[in-house]
Amino acid sequence: MHDMPGYDYHIDIPGTTIFDGKMAMKGYALNKMCYGFNKAENREAFKADEEGWMEKYGLTEAQKEAIRKRDVLGLIAEGGNIYYLAKFAGIFGLSVQDVGGLQTGKTTEEFKAYLASQA
Amino acid sequence: MATILGGITTSHIPAVGNAIQKELYDDPYWKPFFDGYPKVHEWIREHKPDYCINIYNDHGLGFFLDRMPTFAIGCANEYRNEDEGWGLPALDPFPGAPELSWHIAESMVADHFDLTTCQELAVDHGFVVPMQLFWPGAPHHPDMPKTVPISANTVQHPIPTLARALDFGKALGRALRSFPEDAKIVILGTGGLSHQLDGERAGFINKEFDQYCLENIVSNPEELTKISRMELVEKAGAQGTEFLMWMMMRGALGDDVTEITRNYHIPISNTAAGTLLLECAA
Ligand SMILES: [Fe+2]
Repeated sequence: MHDMPGYDYHIDIPGTTIFDGKMAMKGYALNKMCYGFNKAENREAFKADEEGWMEKYGLTEAQKEAIRKRDVLGLIAEGGNIYYLAKFAGIFGLSVQDVGGLQTGKTTEEFKAYLASQA
Repeated sequence: MATILGGITTSHIPAVGNAIQKELYDDPYWKPFFDGYPKVHEWIREHKPDYCINIYNDHGLGFFLDRMPTFAIGCANEYRNEDEGWGLPALDPFPGAPELSWHIAESMVADHFDLTTCQELAVDHGFVVPMQLFWPGAPHHPDMPKTVPISANTVQHPIPTLARALDFGKALGRALRSFPEDAKIVILGTGGLSHQLDGERAGFINKEFDQYCLENIVSNPEELTKISRMELVEKAGAQGTEFLMWMMMRGALGDDVTEITRNYHIPISNTAAGTLLLECAA
């Protein structure tokens, strides 16, 4: 889907991707796979054969590569929505602070300290 | 006719469910958060609502991007809690109130709010955690009210405007007050306050903006309708848009409300946690 500048009311917020129709279409296969991770049997199937499971959902090569690298920012750039990606992160037992750290170049402890510093 | 007792808002962070399960009420990290709830429990014990309207946002359990309702209402006998991907044990189903659900749907669609009706709806932490916070042991609390879930989309833009959320609440209030049963109803608005989970700006929290919202939602919610959706993302964080649920709740209460209790604490998980209890004038 192409940009429609006349209908783009988004403002630029640094470090923030507005998950709109364009991103939702771009990330559909990736998000659908992650939505499937709500079910334990799908999590197990992914763990048993990551490549096959990504193929089944029709992920793009860029999405597959970001999954292989556990690259959260890359997954977001490829249309991943954080609510579905959280289910992917859950497979590896990652908390939202771990995921926050991964995206901001901080250790989990540093990320927690950053959160607390805003009190 | 039914009466609206008041409204209660709270953050609905998944980690809270875990903390409840482990009974971390006096843990130094959790105590300032859990200390916000005894006054709510007292109020609920005193008023014993018959029905609870739970306004929350689904996070990818009940709905997916294949069909994403902007506003949806559960119209079922019960609502199942399910695994959200983290393997946590699911709670037992929550009892529904289909007569009230369909009454709301009839009234609100007549009032030009076109809801998506759901006869099956799995409810996630957005619905469940507030129930556990307000009715400990939910759904097995002895005073557990029957419930109607209402979900608004904050997963995918375009999300509703703050003005629309407040107006939705007003129409909901009209629907509830015309329910032909001598029943007492409480309205929950769950989610928020400021937080952002995704991107290089993950971890963003905005105390000043939260305080502004907390102040105005009590006595001057119309003021908050001036905030644009992009401004809400910018100031509350990408997931702070859940504040829309608070606006929906607030609209249903009418002009004359009394603040019974308020709590605000940074951080719980990645979130500025807020709780507010507003009582409607009798
Ligand atoms: Fe949420």
